[in-house]
Amino acid sequence: MDLNRETLLRLYTTMSTIRNFEERGIPETGQRAMSASVHSSAGQEAVPTGICAHLTDDDYIGSTHRGHGHCIAKGVDPKTMMAELFGRSTGNNKGKGGSMHIADMSKGMLGTNGVVAASVPLAVGAGLTSKLKNLGRVAVAFFGDGGANQGVLHESMNLASVWKLPVIFCCENNGYAESTPVEYALSTANVSDRAAGYDMPGINVDGMDVFAVYDAAGQAVARARAGEGPSLLECRTYRFYGHTVFDNPLSYRTKEEEDHWRARDPLKLFREAVLPLGEITQEELDQIDQEAAQLMEDAIKFADESPLPNQEEIYDDVYVSYPTELLKRGTNMEI
Amino acid sequence: MSTMSTTATREIQYRQAINEAIRQEMTRDETVIIMGEEIAGGAGREDQGIVDAWGGPFRTTVGLIQEFGNQRVLDTPLSEAAFVGAAIGAASTGMRTIAELMFVDFVGVCMDQLLNNAAKMRYMFGGQVKVPFTLLTRIGAGFGSAAQHSESYYSIFSHIPGLKGVVPSDPYTAKGLLTAAIRDDDPVVYFEHKGLYGNTGPVPEEPYELPLGKARTVREGTDITLVGISRMTWVCTAAAEELAKEGINAEVVDLLSISPIDYDHVIDSVRRTHRLVVVDEDTPICSMASEICAAVAQEAFDYLDAPPSRVTAPHTPVPYSRPLENLYVPNEARVIKTVQNLFARG
Repeated sequence: MDLNRETLLRLYTTMSTIRNFEERGIPETGQRAMSASVHSSAGQEAVPTGICAHLTDDDYIGSTHRGHGHCIAKGVDPKTMMAELFGRSTGNNKGKGGSMHIADMSKGMLGTNGVVAASVPLAVGAGLTSKLKNLGRVAVAFFGDGGANQGVLHESMNLASVWKLPVIFCCENNGYAESTPVEYALSTANVSDRAAGYDMPGINVDGMDVFAVYDAAGQAVARARAGEGPSLLECRTYRFYGHTVFDNPLSYRTKEEEDHWRARDPLKLFREAVLPLGEITQEELDQIDQEAAQLMEDAIKFADESPLPNQEEIYDDVYVSYPTELLKRGTNMEI
Repeated sequence: MSTMSTTATREIQYRQAINEAIRQEMTRDETVIIMGEEIAGGAGREDQGIVDAWGGPFRTTVGLIQEFGNQRVLDTPLSEAAFVGAAIGAASTGMRTIAELMFVDFVGVCMDQLLNNAAKMRYMFGGQVKVPFTLLTRIGAGFGSAAQHSESYYSIFSHIPGLKGVVPSDPYTAKGLLTAAIRDDDPVVYFEHKGLYGNTGPVPEEPYELPLGKARTVREGTDITLVGISRMTWVCTAAAEELAKEGINAEVVDLLSISPIDYDHVIDSVRRTHRLVVVDEDTPICSMASEICAAVAQEAFDYLDAPPSRVTAPHTPVPYSRPLENLYVPNEARVIKTVQNLFARG
């Protein structure tokens, strides 16, 4: 690891912010918005952190239903994210989307997405924009091991390869598509094996090790920026919780397995790798954790104090241009 | 209207009625198979003692894999285009298939198989094939799940020649319509409403069919016909109880099928009540509501004392934030107000 101090602190801060967002924000959302459709990425922090460290606000990412970590790593403000989860008008999407649709175009964040692998071609399209306009930007398409078996992913990988687009296909393989084990659903041993079919590099790394992700992503991003085309990067990771808050993962996986992966907590692995080098102290990392925790308290307060949308806003943003009257004509809507 | 005999009846949930229909049809006919995502769950880990980890995302398929095994109860990868298409292909070659699409919103992923294969094969092939295929899917807003998990897109399917569709509203209709759908030789889309799973009602233990394409009257009345679709039927009956206090005696028709549509049942009712409001959770344009209003205007014009009217969702996606989502879904207050307005015009 030849990362400078600033980069190391940045990687840890991102991971800690994601962890704290998931641990605090999800239960609070359950109470406020009564939404079942909130998915924790706790355990998977190293993947978006290691990848997005190579990106700027101008680069693009497409995300999944388990996308809070992608948002935070790409620079989206946890306060506005929390407000979005709480359904407030100060949320990134003005309360229209919630957890599964957080988008921030100012950060190149093309949206978390409620349909598996549905954001993948959006990232391919962003890569096309970059190529046609000669912008030098790259796009990362995040998907899971479940998304690996969607037709649209395969079509997207083929298209990106044929057109040599600056895209990184990043599979966060956390072992489970909802309750279905990856070894049941996947025809190959690894998702990355499939890269050969699309004539692109297929890289497989330990997704709990932020440095491994960082190094592999650096190569894939450099290849994309150089105009050499897409890569497929598979990161083996684990979600510490169930598919949603209502899922008991012990119905399909063992406590021993969970303990094994908990012992490989990416924040813990970071500390174990970095602290012996002596450049960063335990106190500094503890301080980062405390600040991230405080940021979540501030975010919850901000979200709680933010207004809910006005009822009239139900009609906003269906189209850029459309007669509002026709959105409700004949429906006997109350407003 | 049903083929039920004098068998024992007991109270079970809507989700249990669905489960029972599948189980009885799989018992009756060994060519019946079911496939979908997490319909058992934890697939492939029998050697670890893990079987039926989920029993379906909403526990409608619980227990099937223990009874029928993993060759007839097939958990799938997240590959809707492939497994829905495969269910159609298997149905056209000798199996009788059921596929589950977790939410109707996901139909975008596999629509081609439904639109261009299931719906058209028999016609295009000159009647050479039958497609005894049932697609189970879910509708309904009100759960804070935003625009990709909350829509009620049944109207789209009624628009496609070659597909049938049913919208059961209680445990009794859930079982009878599913039994009929599975036994039917045409492709049928079966819409479960997320808001109905825990509802209980009397259901005969024996298998029985309710005919596809038949509505039912759940409340008799003389002054106006309220047509409900799926959960909206119970919004209509609640509104009817309130309206009765004002002296308006509403008849409530539960549509039950979106293809074929039981036009005659609705029109017969309107000829007696002279007024119509259709309550539809789907979006309004080219909807079941607009179709029924059009048919009534065309065929019962001379009987009408007020314009056929609609209470529907707005022409927007389902919003996430609770105040907006509550506004989106048709409710009793909106139905009552609409009816009052129709009577106020004299």
